[in-house]
Amino acid sequence: MHSTGYIIKFTVIMTIIAGLILSGMFYATEPIAKKNAAVFKKRAILSSISSLLDKPLAQMSDDEVMDLFAQKMEQKVLNMDGAVVEGKAEDLSMAAEAKLDEADRKLPLFTYDGKDGKVNIIGIYGNGLWDKIWGYIALKSDNKTIVGSSFDHKGETPGLGAEIKDNPTFPHRFIGKTIFDDAGQYTSVKVMKKVTDPAHQVDGIGGATLTSNGVSEMMVRGIKYYLPYFKNNKN
Amino acid sequence: MADKEKTPLFGPKEKRLLWDPINDNNPVTVQILGVCSALAVTSLVYKSVVMAIAVIFVVAFSNLITSLVRNYIPSQVRMIAQLVIIATLVTIVELTLKAANYAIYKELSVFIGLIITNCIVMGRLEAFAMGNSPWRSFLDGIGNGLGYGVILIIVGIIRELFGKGTLFAGSPIQLNIIGKSNDLVQYWIDTSPGSMMAWYSNNGLLALPVSSLFLIGIIIWIQRGRNKKLVDVS
Repeated sequence: MHSTGYIIKFTVIMTIIAGLILSGMFYATEPIAKKNAAVFKKRAILSSISSLLDKPLAQMSDDEVMDLFAQKMEQKVLNMDGAVVEGKAEDLSMAAEAKLDEADRKLPLFTYDGKDGKVNIIGIYGNGLWDKIWGYIALKSDNKTIVGSSFDHKGETPGLGAEIKDNPTFPHRFIGKTIFDDAGQYTSVKVMKKVTDPAHQVDGIGGATLTSNGVSEMMVRGIKYYLPYFKNNKN
Repeated sequence: MADKEKTPLFGPKEKRLLWDPINDNNPVTVQILGVCSALAVTSLVYKSVVMAIAVIFVVAFSNLITSLVRNYIPSQVRMIAQLVIIATLVTIVELTLKAANYAIYKELSVFIGLIITNCIVMGRLEAFAMGNSPWRSFLDGIGNGLGYGVILIIVGIIRELFGKGTLFAGSPIQLNIIGKSNDLVQYWIDTSPGSMMAWYSNNGLLALPVSSLFLIGIIIWIQRGRNKKLVDVS
């Protein structure tokens, strides 16, 4: 049996050692982890325009991703009235913005200047079946036709709802769809069980109706936020 | 690691420490421990392998450290001391993974942190490391980690192969094995061109965590069928 004094001494020393090791470890890895997180986000954004890139995204090194962003990506932050405000789009957290009142939110806008002309990439954020889902939608410079998309989720069911991210054909289905009808009315693009209007609808994922509905809702609401900006910046 | 040591350090007893948990005393199929994470991370082989390595590291080194300081740990606070050791090692794994491969860190997310609560780790510290020499404890840790990892990888291979038609998806060496290889995939990830059994359609059940429960059950059944030593236990 050890004395109480020994036990206290033991726990204090043990805690200090563990604390020192972990804080040292944390500060040693923090800059790398931060860069990794930034590259991870940039890759997610780039994967929405993966068909327009000069090189497959998977073959691009982290530095190439950073360079591409520095050279070919223009970043803007918008307010809900469609005006450009201070800030850099990549620093904007859509999760944090979604917690604010709708009128106070800020929106990220990336403009990729590639060989096929300018492409606007917008961020959308919504609810899936179990948790949050989000995505990036790339629009041609007419701000009407979708040229690519990428989605991610926090906790959708693997094999079902998680297919919005895991199945590369899902984001591919959005390519070529338009968010306005012929009369110029906003329609967005919806995910449907049965496609009746191929210009504004895509095929859903079998067994994941609620996640598909979440994507639809996110597409309708999320793209709508950008309409004031698109209206002010017609070209 | 063990093989590098000189032979006197690696007698039949040591060999049993390594081999027993892989077969006769497997932590997952015989002791039924660590099943929760075995359900959650086995949808892809790559995830299973990373998880297995993480657990092997944590069990081996927590066993080693606990055994080294076992005579100084006051028995009243031994559980807390063990937990501090485990938690420290798990956090090291987490930080390393975050720096080394962020994508897989994101995939495994909470399950790396949950190694702390994996019964295999704490169980080995209580049952073995507190009463055995550091070297043997280290081997015992490696053995138990391997025993867990083997099951994880077997389940991972079956689930990924028949659930997705691929192997090692997400890693740099993704292979399309069966089913129709998807042309679109090539936009995003490099894939080997040919694949067998083009008529095969992926089994969605195997993509769900539930399927690992069935698979582990079948593995237990096969193992008990072949290994008579295990039958009389129940």
